[in-house]
Amino acid sequence: MSIDAQTVKHVATLARLQASPTEVEAYAEQLSRILTLMETLNSLPTEGVMPMSHAVDIPIPERDDVVCHTDQREALLACAADTDQGHFRVPKIIE
Amino acid sequence: MDLSHISLTDAAELLRSRSLSAVELTRHFLNRIETTDPTLNAFITVDAAGALAAAEAADLRLAQGQATPLTGIPLAIKDLFCTQGLRTTCASKMLQHFVPPYESTVTRRLKAAGAVVLGKTNMDEFAMGSSNETSFFGPVRNPWDHDRTPGGSSGGSAAATAAGLCLAAIGTDTGGSIRQPAALTGTTGLKPTYGRVSRYGMIAFASSLDQAGPMTRSVADAATLLQAMAGHDPLDSTSIDAPVPDYQSGLTTSMRGMRIGIPAEYFADGLADSVRRGVEQAMETFRSLGAQCLSLSLPSTAYAIPTYYIIAPAEASSNLARYDGIRFGHRCADPQDLQEMYARSRSEGFGAEVKRRIMLGTYVLSSGYYDAYYRKAQKVRRLIADDFQSAFTQVDLLLTPTTPETAFRIGEKNSDPVQMYLSDIFTINVNLAGLPGLSLPCGFDENNLPVGVQLIGRPLQEATLLAAGHAFQQVTDWHLRRPS
Amino acid sequence: MSQDMSSFAGTDRYEIVVGLEVHAQMRTQSKIFCGCPTRFGAAANTQICPVCAAFPGVLPVLNREVVNMAIKTGLAIHGQVRLLSEFSRKNYFYPDLPAGYQISQYELPIVEHGHLLITPTADLPPKRIGITRIHIEVDAGKSMHEGIQGASWVDLNRTGTPLMEIVSEPDLRSALEAGEYLKKLRAIVRYLGVCDGNMEEGSFRCDANVSVRLRGESRLGTRCELKNLNSIRNVMRAIDYEAVRQIDLIESGERVIQESRLWNADLNSSRSMRGKEDAHDYRYFPEPDLPPLRISAARIESVAASMPELPDAKATRLQTEYQLSEYDAGVLTASQALADYFEAVARYTAELGHPNPKMAANWVIGELGGRLNKDNLEIQQSPISVQQLGKLVAMIQQGVISGKIAKEIFETLFTDGGDPQHIVEQKGLQQVTDSAAIEEAVEQVLATYPEDVAQYRAGKGKVLGFLVGQIMKATQGKANPALVNQLLRAKLDKRL
Ligand SMILES: [Mg+2]
Ligand SMILES: [Zn+2]
Repeated sequence: MSIDAQTVKHVATLARLQASPTEVEAYAEQLSRILTLMETLNSLPTEGVMPMSHAVDIPIPERDDVVCHTDQREALLACAADTDQGHFRVPKIIE
Repeated sequence: MDLSHISLTDAAELLRSRSLSAVELTRHFLNRIETTDPTLNAFITVDAAGALAAAEAADLRLAQGQATPLTGIPLAIKDLFCTQGLRTTCASKMLQHFVPPYESTVTRRLKAAGAVVLGKTNMDEFAMGSSNETSFFGPVRNPWDHDRTPGGSSGGSAAATAAGLCLAAIGTDTGGSIRQPAALTGTTGLKPTYGRVSRYGMIAFASSLDQAGPMTRSVADAATLLQAMAGHDPLDSTSIDAPVPDYQSGLTTSMRGMRIGIPAEYFADGLADSVRRGVEQAMETFRSLGAQCLSLSLPSTAYAIPTYYIIAPAEASSNLARYDGIRFGHRCADPQDLQEMYARSRSEGFGAEVKRRIMLGTYVLSSGYYDAYYRKAQKVRRLIADDFQSAFTQVDLLLTPTTPETAFRIGEKNSDPVQMYLSDIFTINVNLAGLPGLSLPCGFDENNLPVGVQLIGRPLQEATLLAAGHAFQQVTDWHLRRPS
Repeated sequence: MSQDMSSFAGTDRYEIVVGLEVHAQMRTQSKIFCGCPTRFGAAANTQICPVCAAFPGVLPVLNREVVNMAIKTGLAIHGQVRLLSEFSRKNYFYPDLPAGYQISQYELPIVEHGHLLITPTADLPPKRIGITRIHIEVDAGKSMHEGIQGASWVDLNRTGTPLMEIVSEPDLRSALEAGEYLKKLRAIVRYLGVCDGNMEEGSFRCDANVSVRLRGESRLGTRCELKNLNSIRNVMRAIDYEAVRQIDLIESGERVIQESRLWNADLNSSRSMRGKEDAHDYRYFPEPDLPPLRISAARIESVAASMPELPDAKATRLQTEYQLSEYDAGVLTASQALADYFEAVARYTAELGHPNPKMAANWVIGELGGRLNKDNLEIQQSPISVQQLGKLVAMIQQGVISGKIAKEIFETLFTDGGDPQHIVEQKGLQQVTDSAAIEEAVEQVLATYPEDVAQYRAGKGKVLGFLVGQIMKATQGKANPALVNQLLRAKLDKRL
């Protein structure tokens, strides 16, 4: 599998990563190599095999619907780069 | 007595008998770190004040006779466990200044048992790497040869343990990140069954594979640490709700009649002679202890690398989406708009390998490729797990090399991601199947570099692994050798 | 311009096809994956924790009540509750989505294959509207833009509030049907207590997928997704607007572009949100932090046993138990509170010894319903209690007052309160049942309107009503109408 520059740019946009022309080239080359390695999977027949999403098969635990909370606003906001009057502040969102 | 390489059990005994105070022991390691770590770079953050305060509290507890086997024991913690009030970086510029307002379950339990946290150890950035070279804080050096890597991603924990900068350390293992560095540094590393140890507060790399475990200088020490770490956690929905056995008392289980499987696929071309020799010698040792070694086949072994390098990056690409520069972590300066804030914050905050894996994971999940890559990998994952399951109908344990070769030179593989990925070839299957795996030192190569052997067990059979490992260490001294 | 599409030239050749996606906030105490409270109105970011704010390393733990509420809703819409469902991650970047993914359900939703019956018009049989699926997901936070200089603010209090996304089949054929579907669905979630159904406050949100096609065409046209519809009225207006827009495009030889459109209620129009959507590729995959959700048949049974009577069943029961018309039963069961109110009134009249459920229904729907509507009040806020209205109805049934007087008393009760019986006594409004007094009034009216009397006798029976009216007027409405009728006929016939 070889990945072209167009695809690399699209994936970078989806992943919200910048990619300079040199990086696009490097990504295209490296990802192509990695994906070629991955194509060995195609030689293994897997029809009817149940996909495995979890390492162990346990039931999902469910907790009681109980409020368990203390106001942590200051502690959490303290981790942010930019806050304003109790809010996380971001560049203007244009709808 | 050389406190630096003392066992956890001996240290606990000295503390209990009051012939040594926790503060003295802690000071000893803080001094060791101060003198040795500038070379090794095993620590990202050393918390001398916090450690001494914890040691004082431990001494009080010891004086009151309320000590646990971990009270006053100085540990090093991989820098992806969130520690309340203590910087937790994941070895990334992204989290360079992140101080969590909450505590991981693992560190909470260790602290509750009275353990002293010396500091946070270096690692591959976001645990993505096998050589510790992807750390924003620079590579860790292998105590056996400073030009070589200690492996990764828990390289700092491994190096600190091997060099005697702590009594023991905690690491995490997504594709071999405890066992591979343990093998490369001559230490003992256990990756428990997925779900045995809580992942709460452990910064995620690949959620369905990540598992925390002890990195120690002996199996007995690993048993003590696992005892404190393991157990159900209501804060982790993938945590297994099963009783935790007494690992210490299980250590003396005899090897007589134990059936050990030797999977042929792990001894193919590409295995270094020195490693092969060490592992075969280990087999002999187990035979001499009364175990039976049977050769068998795990036919899907060859598919592990591609499977893992689809699933792990896919999960990682999603797990790392939260680093958006808004609530925590690096934010670029003066972004012009929202999209620029995202792209620049993330591109500046993440290193090359992390970005590569995010790109890869995003690609394999994206529209049109999901079935061909991600779903296919999940199916192969099932086949790999089934291989193990059927092997365990014939044997109690599997024995393999931990790594194909001994410690490689810093810089040797980091230009080629595929070469680097191949160094995990013997460990990642175990994560895909969710099984427990233990790496033990089993010899040295011609350059006096440690060789590791891996034991793989049935789900939740850590006790069996520990018993086998302990029996091995009772008749060998590889684990007692130390770097000069 | 809601239901009447045919008023637009040429548009009757087209059929509107609508599917609705409803996001219903579940009324749990705590959030779906953490213990933070779900209540509204707290100061920004005071109801968040590391889990719902997606801090590094923390993990979700599912709220049991969320699952139970989804099961309840699934059963109420005649859906199949899957014994195995799973959570998935829907990946996209937005400042109010802290994890960079929404935990949702994708391939295996908790409920599938449901339906609702709606009755858009009284003269047609009920219509079946398919419900493709219900899935559980988390709500996002809120971002604020207005009045903030060069930036936006993010408040994560709402993040992690449990939502049910209820997706209909494209079975709706008009704005009216869409409105009826929403009313029915809202009634159900309110009956179940799983959602407060408040569209204005955003706890019951609706996106509409609208397309048009020529009648008789079996393929679906290109659809647009309408967003920001914060009332049933707006949903209906937006659908009509969109249909006309699409028909205009097609008629002028252009193509409808698949896109999301933002409804603006003030301007009564929508605008494209294109550009935002371009890069969307949600990269769904199973949530590795949450094992699959397995639901036992026993659990479904026990949830079913805990469910209240639902609108359709209640309407059927009201028809048989109180001999109400299908229409009345339908109106009364639109909300549980209304149905409860009616039943309490009906029971109270029975306790007083003068039962008349049909009359009770008329008063609840007609007089009270109309009056509440006028003042924009819900039945729960009715100034007239069950006892007051029950007594009033019983007094009519007993013959103490006429319906006309009752309306007068009703108004007094609504505005000033009081006891109906006292008001009647105080104001001397008791019905006159003394035949001598009525006879006097009859005589007087007959004398006043000799021409009408003559007309009646010439065979014009219609005049009777006028004469009755005059007699009632003469007695200030207090005369017993039956007695008036009887005496009047007797007199008219006798004089023949
Ligand atoms: Mg949704
Ligand atoms: Zn929360």
